[in-house]
Formats: sequence, C-alpha cells, structure tokens
Amino acid sequence: MLKTFKNWILIGFASLILVACQQQGGGNSKKSKTLENTQKAGFVKCGVSQGLPGFSNADTAGNWSGIDVDVCRAVAAAVLGDADKVKYTPLSAKERFTALIAGEIDILSRNTTWTLSRDADIGLTFVGVNFYDGQGFMVRKNSGINSVNDFQSGISACTNTGTTTELNMRDFFNSKNISYEPIAFEKADEVVAAYDAGRCDTYTTDKSGLAAQRTKMSSPDDHKVLPETISKEPLGPVVRQGDAVWEDIVRWSLNVMIEAEEYGVNSSNASSLKDSENPQIKRLVGSEGELGSAFGLDNEWSLRIIEQVGNYGEIYEKHIASTGIMPDRGPNELWTKGGILYVAPAR
Amino acid sequence: MNLKFFSIDLKNKKRLIPQVLTLLSIVLAISYFAFNAQVNMNNRGIAFGFGFLTQEASFDIGFSLIDYDGSHSYARAFLVGLLNTLLVSVIGIFFATLIGVTVGIGRLSSNFLVAKFSEVYVEVFRNIPLLLQLFFWYFAALRALPLPEQAINFYDISYLTVKGWYVPKFIWTNFSIFIYSILAAIVAITFVSKHAKKQREEFGKHIPSFYIGIVLLFTFPALSFFIGGVTLDFEIPVLKQMSTTIFNFRGGVSIIPELMALAMALSMYTATFIAENVRAGILGIGKGQKEAAASIGLTNTQILKLVVLPQALRIIIPPTTNQYLNLTKNSSLAAAIAYPDIVLVFAGTALMQTGRAIEIVSITMGTYLLISLSISSFMNWYNQSVAIKEK
Repeated sequence: MLKTFKNWILIGFASLILVACQQQGGGNSKKSKTLENTQKAGFVKCGVSQGLPGFSNADTAGNWSGIDVDVCRAVAAAVLGDADKVKYTPLSAKERFTALIAGEIDILSRNTTWTLSRDADIGLTFVGVNFYDGQGFMVRKNSGINSVNDFQSGISACTNTGTTTELNMRDFFNSKNISYEPIAFEKADEVVAAYDAGRCDTYTTDKSGLAAQRTKMSSPDDHKVLPETISKEPLGPVVRQGDAVWEDIVRWSLNVMIEAEEYGVNSSNASSLKDSENPQIKRLVGSEGELGSAFGLDNEWSLRIIEQVGNYGEIYEKHIASTGIMPDRGPNELWTKGGILYVAPAR
Repeated sequence: MNLKFFSIDLKNKKRLIPQVLTLLSIVLAISYFAFNAQVNMNNRGIAFGFGFLTQEASFDIGFSLIDYDGSHSYARAFLVGLLNTLLVSVIGIFFATLIGVTVGIGRLSSNFLVAKFSEVYVEVFRNIPLLLQLFFWYFAALRALPLPEQAINFYDISYLTVKGWYVPKFIWTNFSIFIYSILAAIVAITFVSKHAKKQREEFGKHIPSFYIGIVLLFTFPALSFFIGGVTLDFEIPVLKQMSTTIFNFRGGVSIIPELMALAMALSMYTATFIAENVRAGILGIGKGQKEAAASIGLTNTQILKLVVLPQALRIIIPPTTNQYLNLTKNSSLAAAIAYPDIVLVFAGTALMQTGRAIEIVSITMGTYLLISLSISSFMNWYNQSVAIKEK
C-alpha cells in the first residue's frame, strides 16, 4: 500500500515538472529573448546559403562574405560591438525556414524571396529588402536562343527545389504554352553541374544568382543570361515571428546601412562626422538622440555598423559590383539616384 | 478482510505497477511533446491542419507515372511521389534479387574465375557507402553519356543520352481485354498444374505441365489480338532540333537518368547482401541431405529443386525481407540526385511551399511505415508458406 502511495507521489512530481517545463517553453516576455540569448552566447546565429558568390560565400579559409553576410555582421556590430562575432550556418533552400523556426538560427539572410505566404503562413517575418532581384534564364551562347520567346516545347530546365523559382517557372512556361521538363536539385552546385553537363538546356533562378553561379562554371564565357526577367524577387533577411524587438534590430541594422549611403556616411568618415551640421547624420553616427535605447542598445550601435561593415553602397561595390556579378546597380540604386532603395528614416 | 485474498491482490498489484508506470510515462512524454509543439506553433502563429492537401500545388514534377501538372492538388503531388518511390523500389528489388541470387550461387561455384569475381563484387559493393555509389552512377557514369545529337543508337528505335534513355512507347487499344487474357492464362495454368500434380500423385502419370503452361501463356494473349480487337502500336522517339545547338528526343518514353542511377545503385548495393543470404542458405543445408538425396537416385537438378532449395529458402527469406525493406527506405536518397520521389516532391518541395513541416513529415513517415509493413507482411506470408509444416 505504502509503495503504491509513494509511486503516486512520484507521478505527481513528474507531472508537475512537465507542466512547469511547458510554462517555461510557452512563456512570452516583453523583453527580447533572442537579444538576451545572443548577448549571453556572444555571437549572432546567422543562416546563410551553401555558397552563392556576392551574397554569402565562404573562402578556402572558411571566412564568409557577401551582402547577405553583411546583414548579420551589421547586427553583430550593433548588439555585440564586433561584426565578426557571427556563427554562420549554411542551409539549403529546403532547410532554411525550419532552421529559423526551430531556433537553430536567429537571422536568415540567404537570398530569400519575400512572399505573402512565407510572411503570413509559416511563422516568419521579413524585415526588409537588401536586394531587388528577378528570375531569369541562362543558356549556352551557341544555343541560338536569344530571348525567352525562342524556347520550344520539350525544353528541360534545371533549378533549385523549395524555391519560388519552381513556381515562377511553371507560371511562365504555362503562359507561353510550352511543355517543359523540370529537374529540381537541392544544392545550387548540383544544379550548375547538371546544366554544365548538358542534362538540361537552361538554368533558371534569380538573375543575381545566375550571374554569380556563372563565375563558378568551367567556362563562364560560353553562357549568357537572357534579357527577360519573369518575376519580382525582393530578397531580404527573415526573423522568427513573435520577437518584435529582435525584428526591429535586424530591420534597422539594414535600414541604417542604406540611409548611411544616402547621407554620404561611410566606414572611413563616420567617426569624423560626429560634429556634423546635419542632424540626420548626427543621429546616424549616434551623437544626437537616443535611438539605440528603443532596442535596449547603446547609442553607438549604428556608428559601429557603418564603421565595421560599411554603408550599402560600399558593400554593394565590394561584393556585387567589383566581383563582376552585377556591375550595374539597376533597381538597387538609391531612390535619389533613380533606383528603388527607399527606407524609412532612422529618427 | 480476507487476508489470503489481500495478499494475492497485492502480488498482482506489484506486478502491475511497473507496467502501468511505464505506460503512463510514455503517454505523458508523448502528450508533453504534442502539447509543446502546439504551444510553440500557437506562439509563432503557425496553423495546423491537413486542408492544404486539396490546394493547388502549382509546381511541376519532371517524371510522373500518372497525369500530373501544377494545377493538381498537393494530395496528387504526394501520390506522384509515392508512385515514383514504389517504382524505383520495385525495379530495385527485382534487379537486386536477380543479381543477388546469381552472385550468391556464383560464390559457391567450383569455377575459380566465377567464384572470385563474385567475391570481389560482393566485397567492393557492400563496403562502399550507398550515397557514394549513387553519386558515382549519377555524376560520373551517366553524366558521361553523349548529348542527344550524338546519342547511342539501338537499332533506330531506342536512344541513350545524357538526358535519359528514350524507348518506344506502347500504344494499346482495348488494353483491358489484353489484361483479362493474361489473367485467364494464369487461371488456366494453375488448373493444369493442379491437375498434373493429381495425376502424378494418384496415377503416376506424367503430364508436361510446364510446357503446356508456356503454350497457354502465349495462346491466350495471342487470341486477344486476333479476335479480341487488341492492337499494339509503337511510338518511336524522334530527334528534334529546338534551336541551333539544342536537340531533344520527342515521343516515346524517357527513362530519366536519375531513375536509372538510383535503380542501379540500390540494386547493386542490396544485391551484395542478398548474395550473402543466398550463400548462407545453401551452405546451411547439411552435406548429408545432398548425399542422401543422391543415394536414392535423384539427379542434380532434382536435388537442388526438391531437397536443397525448399530448405535453403527458409534460411534465405527472413534476412532478405530486411534487405527489401532497406532498399525501399534507402530509395529516399533519391533527393540527392533530383529523382522526384516522395521525399523530394512531398517532404521537399511541398513542405517548402506550404511550410507545414509537422503535417507533411508525419504523413511521409506514416507512408514509409505502411510500405515497410506491407512488404514485411507479404514476406512473412511467403515465409510461412515455405516453412516446415508439422503434420
């Protein structure tokens, strides 16, 4: 009898512990849990691609660089004071959202297209756009195809699984009444290898991706990107839903880089502009206002971003333009210079 | 209170307690995980439900056994993936058994070359990880095939290229009648062989049921062509120029290189294990059995057919069932080479497009469980039919 009683007490305790665990797991505080955890860990957990030159690519020593990488570096500079304190997790298109939702990473900066269903349906929040892109096609130069209108039924097209590309491709070929054979690989490298070997006649993905992957091919000059753009692909960083403060930190880290370019603040002149005449510049370099306190950060967070990472123009030049991927900024030019980069003011 | 009754009751309770406790903790653990998942999904605004299955999939699949395009539902896309998984599993199991039995018997051959070759085959293919073999076949062997304009030509009806193996397509009319004729032939053959067995056992009369069976198997379908209105045409693939340098075959059936590579890798890898099962089965039959059979005047074929094989099968079948299950589950490596199986299509693309990870992964897991259970219950049934029958 006593034994049974003891056992019941044990079960009672076990259930209490379980309930307590749930309470903790389900708890929702007003402070940013992600920010706290990041500061405690000492690094920003950043999800990147498995290798896309210009966006997120690792060199032989394992150092990541690219404009997507720089978003994470900017956040690390803002919240930890050091842009290098980032832990990168390379993810396939298929894995990326699960990794973010499961908390394996805190920022997904992986040339990810902002769409309604991704933003609203699966517990994610897109914080902005760091590259305006569109889907295009690559073919061999000697193929005799000069425009998407030259495609004929029976064409085979290679692309990545789990991307908007797969959906756009279908919309496009259907509208042209062309039957096609889709071949979808998980890794970009596999897609490129298949296209290179002649398994498929055309390779389709975001135009920036095509330009970047072309540099990886055995003979880049044998291939060309067709002039047409068949979709809108606003690429930007993503965070989990439910942590508004963290969301704001990432959003404004990106915005500050774009606004810094607008006001001519760059990595070399930022600290000397502390006594500028222009109050907007002073806000950007942290000598006026208390902007950082809104996130629980100090006032020099934006100065650190500009000094350690640079403004948008600098990072574009460094990763995209000078590498020959897309020398022309096109829509990714400031709104004052004929592009569509227009961000809310940091004030 | 009756003391005796109480003591027995306590004893029973004592036995019961660990069982109840274990059961309870399992239930608690499962409900904890379920509850936890639900709370987290609620916090992040993720809806749960299977309604998405009827939505339009809006992505295309390159290789499908049934009619499918992006305007069909996610449920249909699931079915396409499932059929592709089953297709490669069936092909894989067929060839794995064929190669496995051949090599297994080959290892016991008295011919030195055959025995050594079989041994080397087994040792090489079972000791290299399956994924590497898959990559070898797909990225090294099949990628080396020529472009369509320089295709390897088989008598102008079939072409092997880097884009796939193009074979003629059968175009049937009244196909159902043809199927009925084959069913009728099978029924007739069963009847003949039963009759032959009875004649042999009761009257000692020998009826050549095997040859009669072969004749029947050809006569019935042939009749369906002559009087049943069944016709068969072939659509032969034709090379078509699509632009200055892009050529492709149109018409016929294309066996995509992804399917070929996967089927090759799966069957050649699994065959090594089946070969070892077969060897073990044959070696497991005592030498005395064969000698006894020889001493009552049975020929070598009869010894193999009547004495060795029925006993060897009992040893071979259970481990071979495992290999069939492994092969089916290993077919999920398809995702690595873009063969649109259930993992790539449903647990890959569909999961990405809908974001319903929990629903889709559980459906996929349930499906594999169902396929595996079906295979093992079929094999268990077959095993029982060859097992020792106590009389």
